[in-house]
Amino acid sequence: MMPKSPRIWQLAERRYGLLGSKCTVCGKTYIGPRNVCPVCNSEKIETIQLPPRGTIYSYTVVHTLPAEKDNYGPYIMAIVELEDGTKLTAEIVDCDSEDVKIGMRVELAFRVIGQESEHGIIYYGYKFRPIISRT
Amino acid sequence: MRDVAVVGIGMTRFGERWDKQLRDLFVEAANEALKDANMNRKEVQALFVGNFSAGSFVGQEHVAPLLADYLSLRSKPAFRIESACASSGMAFNLAYMAVASGIYDIVMVGGVEKMTDISAPEAMSVHAKAMDVEWEAFFGLTLPAAFALIARRHMIQYGTKPEQLAMVSVKNHKNATKNPLAQFQFEVTVERVLASPIVSDPLHVLDCSPVTDGAAAIILCSAELAKKYTDTPVYVLGFGTASDSIALHDRFDITTLYAVVSASRQAYKMAGIEPKNIDVAELHDNFTITEIISYEDLGLCEKGKGGLMIEEGETEIGGRIPVNPSGGLKARGNPIGATGAAQIVEIVQQLRGEAGKRQVSGAEIGMTQNIGGSGSTCVIHIFGRQRR
Repeated sequence: MMPKSPRIWQLAERRYGLLGSKCTVCGKTYIGPRNVCPVCNSEKIETIQLPPRGTIYSYTVVHTLPAEKDNYGPYIMAIVELEDGTKLTAEIVDCDSEDVKIGMRVELAFRVIGQESEHGIIYYGYKFRPIISRT
Repeated sequence: MRDVAVVGIGMTRFGERWDKQLRDLFVEAANEALKDANMNRKEVQALFVGNFSAGSFVGQEHVAPLLADYLSLRSKPAFRIESACASSGMAFNLAYMAVASGIYDIVMVGGVEKMTDISAPEAMSVHAKAMDVEWEAFFGLTLPAAFALIARRHMIQYGTKPEQLAMVSVKNHKNATKNPLAQFQFEVTVERVLASPIVSDPLHVLDCSPVTDGAAAIILCSAELAKKYTDTPVYVLGFGTASDSIALHDRFDITTLYAVVSASRQAYKMAGIEPKNIDVAELHDNFTITEIISYEDLGLCEKGKGGLMIEEGETEIGGRIPVNPSGGLKARGNPIGATGAAQIVEIVQQLRGEAGKRQVSGAEIGMTQNIGGSGSTCVIHIFGRQRR
């Protein structure tokens, strides 16, 4: 079910750079490109840099794996609310499944998302990890 | 717009049907519906079929003319409607509109899915296509994981407990023991649900609807013609349909299914009823949390009190408003494209008084609520024994 090579390239820049969309009329922001604001119907949408930090809005530990995650093991999926209020879906890494919590602060981690096949292209994108206090 | 009635229903046994192909399943259900309506197939003017992903499950697209061909409805218009788990609920809605408008007098509507020809992990990946593939599934979200995110928030915001989720499964499994066509005709306990393997926490295997093969079919006609085919027509009193964001993360609050709120208000208004007037309902328990949230968003109880509603037994057969007497998606089974039609088949049986050991006594008004994806589609129908 995973996208094939051309589709990966269509969204690569946005996924690599955590780019989002912002309606210049009502100010609502989204992950992913949009041409029409679903809140105010404006077509004045600009591409913005989303903030690389946020908090966990909800999470789950996925134990029953989809086919493309065969042998990947249990992993944490979350909806992350970024510092500007934008919400997105991402895997949480560098975190034990017992430690993840709603409200936990997380930051962007650029990672491999998957691979098309054994010899196919590797695709990348954003994941998030707990912010470690560096004292 | 004129009144429309259901005059025939048919359904296959749900489950792992390795003996049957997709087309066999649908033809079995459709032939039964024709027989139930005492109708010659030549009288059917159009076919509306709900199917989610035959291309992914069995490698076949263009299933509407295929099924028309195998039903000997060749030359008749045949439509395939895809709205994930809401495919045949939406197909019914279009079929209803086609008859209500006067364009057709008699149509067949149904749904079919053949899911077990691929492995369970592959089926999980196909199911994930009902969400946003580029911004959810790409990053590893599965459909159970999406509902697990919803369940976790519901627990935090309203104090809903895992035991309350499990009670939905217990109730629906118990009801399914009285349904000879159900996939799982055995009972479970709260302890067993909570001890079953975790799919996506806090959801266990026994919180999740299964992978299922099956088909269901319905014959609809104008109310004027209905008595020609049956002594017990069941009338469509109202409907509501609504969409929501494809991605869960684009919703303001994921513990409310806004499409359910919107569709149900439309349906109540059209039928001229209030939630308290509903005698029996088939709700979309693809996961146990979904039935609990549906109680709330349909207005059957206050927001946040869905867990209490199941705990107090209000939705048992014999309770204030029995929900999923068929066993629901959880235990009757969830052949995605056939689920909405199967819900309608159950409500029609209930209103006819033909539901056997699971009969809700004196049921006059029934409701079906069918959801697609993580709540991106909702279609609701209200049925009655009497015309509006």
